[in-house]
Amino acid sequence: MKKLTAVIFALVCATAFSGCGYNTMQAGEEAVFAAWGDVEAAYQRRGDLVPNLVEVVKGYAKHEKDTLTAVTEARARVGSVQMSKDLLNDPASITKFQQAQGELSGALQRLMVVVERYPDLKANQNFMDLQNQLEGTENRINVARVRYNKAVQDFNTSIRIFPNSVTNSLLLHLQRKEPFKAEETAKAAPKIQF
Amino acid sequence: MKKILLCLLCAIVPLLPALLFALDVPPLKAHVNDYAGMMRPDTVNMLEINLAELEKTDSTQIVVLTIPSLEGEVLEEYSIKVAESWKIGQQKIDNGVILLVARDDRKVRIEVGRGLEGKLTDLMSGRIIRNEIVPQFKQGDFDGGIKAGVGAIIATVRGEYAAEAHDEKGEKQGSPAVTFAIILYIVSSILGGIKKIFGGVAGAIGLPILALIAFPGASLAILAILAVVGFALGMIVSLISGIGGRGFSGGGFGGFSGGGFSGGGFSGGGGSFGGGGASGSW
Repeated sequence: MKKLTAVIFALVCATAFSGCGYNTMQAGEEAVFAAWGDVEAAYQRRGDLVPNLVEVVKGYAKHEKDTLTAVTEARARVGSVQMSKDLLNDPASITKFQQAQGELSGALQRLMVVVERYPDLKANQNFMDLQNQLEGTENRINVARVRYNKAVQDFNTSIRIFPNSVTNSLLLHLQRKEPFKAEETAKAAPKIQF
Repeated sequence: MKKILLCLLCAIVPLLPALLFALDVPPLKAHVNDYAGMMRPDTVNMLEINLAELEKTDSTQIVVLTIPSLEGEVLEEYSIKVAESWKIGQQKIDNGVILLVARDDRKVRIEVGRGLEGKLTDLMSGRIIRNEIVPQFKQGDFDGGIKAGVGAIIATVRGEYAAEAHDEKGEKQGSPAVTFAIILYIVSSILGGIKKIFGGVAGAIGLPILALIAFPGASLAILAILAVVGFALGMIVSLISGIGGRGFSGGGFGGFSGGGFSGGGFSGGGGSFGGGGASGSW
């Protein structure tokens, strides 16, 4: 009998903080923050590319002032929407962030369509390099977003399942995080006019 | 009956998307994985030697994959899937590169591990594709294109990392304390099998010694506390091993043997990718 109580005691010691999810939930939240950091970095990288891109295109496509202005303005708006990791549980702020970034995506897509009309520009070494960088950055954004959503999903699940839900409501009070929703501008393909 | 059918349906439906859309990532065989059969054997051999050589000196892993078709998948999405499943590049330093060629889609991509994004930038990858690979692919010279592409990638990343420094050091440093901990565990469970108090004593003496091995210069007060903790742990170990069949049989220690080195075959080192690189078509 003594032996049994001792074994139970040992088991409780070993599992005290792992069984109730106290540690996993916090690790999960940190994973969400880390994934968010990657998302922000990727978007930031794109924002940094825009001025160079506009500059190069301007040299060749002087008549596309409207499209270029749209890109510059969207870039400026993106810069004004600041998103800290503490706001990840607020649906409104992430929607706002996503909207601003979505507008820039749309403006850049339209610019890339316009560029098709300028063969000289397309053959320009600078432009091709920038295009590669932009594509690479868009791809990084996609990857970072998918991973962020995965981390959010894991975390949101982890705070809802039993017994983690009890630990969370009693001790940790972590809030669910908002994932990215499918991009609206991505669905609406840019119009091509000839 | 209906219920059973419903259950079956519930079990099958989630599998459908996987069956319909996923193009499987083929197994990683070597540095060069020519699943589309685009290269001559001598090209494969030559590249294999070059890439193995680079891995030996720099620990950087470069892998070539050709597939017959993407089967409707997006190149970039498939490429990151391959990267995530093969884990090319060493863990923590993420120095892996994948050159992916989709034959029938006429598409090529260089996927760059996080640790090499500084040298092999998107811009650089794009230039390699545009200037080295695509022109030769356009003429149907796949051997030449892949050779030139891999050559350019090697030239770009060589010297960014060095081997040895990473691999063997960590192993040697960690081992004395770990070995001692395992021995301590075994000794205290054997002694504890004879009499529980012996296990406790072994723990009380062993744990402070273990602490001294791991952190030389630990203070006396800490060692005294550890002696008490060690005594308690020793008792617990004795109890557990006592229940798992008296007279320690060694059954529970399988996990400690075999360091997990498979040896021989080629595998990714655990590198991670963030979507960097460039794509192109011919």
